Formats: sequence, C-alpha cells, structure tokens
Amino acid sequence: MKQVRAFVQSLLGSIRDLTPIIVVITFFQLVILRQPVPDLANILAGVALVTLGLSLFVQGLEMGLFPLGENMAYAFARKGSLTWLLIFAFLLGFGTTIAEPALIAVSAEAAEVAATGGVIGNTEEAKAEYANGLRFTVALSVGFAILIGVIRIIKGWPIHYLIIMGYIGVIIMTEFAPVWIVGIAYDSGGVTTSTITVPLVTALGVGLASSIKGRNPMIDGFGLIAFASLTPMIFVMLYGVITG
Amino acid sequence: MTLLTDFLYHFFFSVLATLKDVLPIIGIILGFQFLVIRKSIPNFGRVIMGFVYVILGLALFLQGLEQALFPLGKLMAEQLTNPAFIIPNWVAGEEYVVHWADYFWVYIFAAAIGFSTTIAEPSLLAVAMKASEVSGGTVTLWGLRIAVAIGVAIGIALGTFRIVTGTPLHYYIIAGYIIVVIQTFYAPRSIIPLAYDSGGVTTSTVTVPLVAALGLGLAETVPGRSALLDGFGLIAFASLFPIISVMAYAQIGLVIAKHRGKLSESDD
Repeated sequence: MKQVRAFVQSLLGSIRDLTPIIVVITFFQLVILRQPVPDLANILAGVALVTLGLSLFVQGLEMGLFPLGENMAYAFARKGSLTWLLIFAFLLGFGTTIAEPALIAVSAEAAEVAATGGVIGNTEEAKAEYANGLRFTVALSVGFAILIGVIRIIKGWPIHYLIIMGYIGVIIMTEFAPVWIVGIAYDSGGVTTSTITVPLVTALGVGLASSIKGRNPMIDGFGLIAFASLTPMIFVMLYGVITG
Repeated sequence: MTLLTDFLYHFFFSVLATLKDVLPIIGIILGFQFLVIRKSIPNFGRVIMGFVYVILGLALFLQGLEQALFPLGKLMAEQLTNPAFIIPNWVAGEEYVVHWADYFWVYIFAAAIGFSTTIAEPSLLAVAMKASEVSGGTVTLWGLRIAVAIGVAIGIALGTFRIVTGTPLHYYIIAGYIIVVIQTFYAPRSIIPLAYDSGGVTTSTVTVPLVAALGLGLAETVPGRSALLDGFGLIAFASLFPIISVMAYAQIGLVIAKHRGKLSESDD
C-alpha cells in the first residue's frame, strides 16, 4: 500500500514535470504556427508513456542507483585501496561513455563534416574509422575526468582552480584546432554524461566526500560531472589537430 | 490489437537499447563488487528491483519521446525556421534577405523549449534530489531546477541568435567562461561545485534531440549559413549558461538573506 501511494505521488510529480513542454508545444502549434496537432491520439499515448517512464525512473533511482553508488563509495573508503578506487573511477567514466548513444550520433556527424571538408576520404570506411577514433578519444577523456575528480575529492582541492585551468585549456586549443571541429568539440562536452551515469557518479562523489574525514559532501562531493563535461572539449580539439 | 503488438515490438527494442547502454556499467560494478570489494551489497534484491525500474522507466520514457514529442518538436522547428513563416508573402524559390529580428519567434521558442525540456530532464532531477538532501534544504529541488532551466533558456535563445547572425561560437563561450570565473570569486563557496555540475547534466535525453533539430533547421534555412559549420554549438550554450544562472541563484539568495538579517536586526 505504501509503495502504491509512493508511486502515485511520483506519477503526479512526473505529470507536473512534463506540463511545461506540453504547454509550450500546444501554444506554438495553435497560436503561433496555427497548425492543427497531427495524430493527436498517438501523441497523447506518447505523453502517457513518458510520464510513466519518468516515474519508474525516479523510483528506481532511490531504490537502486543511489544506494549502490554510495555503498561502493563507502566500501572503497573502508578498504582504503586508492589504486582500486582510481581504476574504478576511470573505468566508470570510460565504460559509460563509449556506449553512449548521443556520443555515437555526434561522432558520426563529426565524421560527416570531416569528410565534406576533405580532411578524410569520403568513404564509409574512412568515416567509420574517424568516428570510432573520436568516440574512443571522448571516452578516454571522460575516464580521465572522473579519475581527476576523485583525486580532487580525496585531496580536498578547491574545484575552481581545476575548472579554470580546464577553461584555459579549451581557449588555447580553440586557437590551434581546425575551425570545423570547434562546434562539435564544444557540443561533445554536454552530450557525454548520460541519464544513468549522472546519478551513479553523483552518488559516488557525495558518498566519497561523506565517508572521508574533513570533507564536506556539498563542497567536495559535487563536481565530477563538471570535469566530465570539460575534458572532452579539449580532447576532441586535440583529436582534430592530430588527425587534421 | 495491432496497436498493442506494435507497441510491444517497439518497446522490446527500446528496452534492448537501454540495456545495451546500462550493461557496461553493470559489468564494471559487479566486477568490482565481487573481485575487489568482496562484500555483498546490502538490500541486494531491492537494488536489483531499482535497476529494473530504471531500465524499464528509461525505455518507456524514450519510447514516449520518440513517439510523441520528438517528431512534433522537429516539425515545429522546421516550420518556425521556414522562410514561408519568417517572411510574409514569400514566394517559394525566391531569394531572400533576413534581418536577425525576423526570427523573433524562433528565439522565444528556443527559450521556451529549453526551459521546459530542462524541467523534465531526468539527470537534472537526480542531481537536484541529491543536492537538496545533502544541502539540508538550502538548495531546494525546484529552486535548482528552475535556476538551471532559466540558464538553458537564455543559453539556447542566445545560441539561435548566434546561428542567425553567424558570429563565431568561441567568442560567446569565452565570454561565458570569463563571467563564470568572475562569479566564482563572489558566489557562496558551497554552491560552486554544484553549479559547475549543473552545466553537464542539463543536456541529455530530452533536450539534445529537440535542440539539435532546431539548430540544424536554422543553419539550413538562414541564407549564408552552413548546417555543417553553424549547426553545432547549441548544446555548448545549454551547458554553459546554467553554471552562470545557478551561481546567480545562490548569490541572489545570499543578498536576500542578508537583507532580511538587516531588517530583523533593525526590528530589535
């Protein structure tokens, strides 16, 4: 009974979360574009699916992903093995990014741009090779980012020095990178962190910061995602410089 | 009946796709759990159920998006950027010159769709849940989500303006970085990591496909722009401006708290 009640509540929450999208789309469709909504029944069914999906996702977060991430953070802290923790951090970043659908889409587009620009041969093979190289580069950079982020939590370094250094890195790379890759590189920072990676990585960071003495979960626990969205920009431009 | 089988057919693939996405993570976690940590997971059954919920939930969510919101959103992006909508009395095939202000409704749409998709973004919800728990209520669930959504709205509107005017992307981004760095020195210390994080979490499942469609639609139809060179960059805007707006949210909160403190002092 308690579970049913919790589910109804999260269902209502999801409906509220989705209302703005529905309002925006309806307003523009009917008032600005003055077009009828095509296939209304199908769209309503889709909205129902989205609502149900979001509710299930939120329930699953609290039952599975959050406790698991925190639990692993505590276990690593108790075990006291820094090497294993860092290997885990790197693999988590690398493993979750290499399979990320948004990244696969972006690297395919990047290969398309490179082929049109004459940087690589306009064959399927050359494009696939280029896209895979790019994907690997980004995954490597995210693994590296989570690794650095975990070291930061352990050492208690202030985050902004690292981030500002990253910004300087991005600006310097922008000077040297070929023009056509800059847009893709900047976008790749945002697309790497998927819906499953974010909760897990956040729980890991907060869990680590709470289990290490002298760390504040608010100040030290967050920030892993920030690194993961900054390093791909630098690495993708670097990839552009090397392959171009 | 065909509707149901059709749904189940698509749903099956959508579950498979989500599973493929989750498998590496599960592999890494289980590997470490059994080989390195060598302790059982507390409430193992409940955690497994949680994973099943997450996978089913994401699959349903994506399926619903693809069935309803994406096609409509993409169609609207196309219609709004179409010269037939932008220029009154336009004859198909005729050459046209546009002024950036002609795209008024595109900017409004960009801001509105940026705001509303961010509110529905599951990753942001996850981070906001954690943040309100950890901060003990100083950062509220809705406070953070609305602050981030405003940042995305401004970012995407500015990003569409950039595509229309064709100005270089890195000028905007570098200017944004400078604002972030300046704000970092004045914002409350505890908000900074969360603000930096909120840049990366805003753009995932819901926002990326809709925003990408808008960017490509614009770059294809605005005279003198190339989809390849100018179509990218909206996501970059959407991941930079929330950092600024979240820090501003904390700064405004601080100013209000100080102001209230002064008031209550003078009351004594």
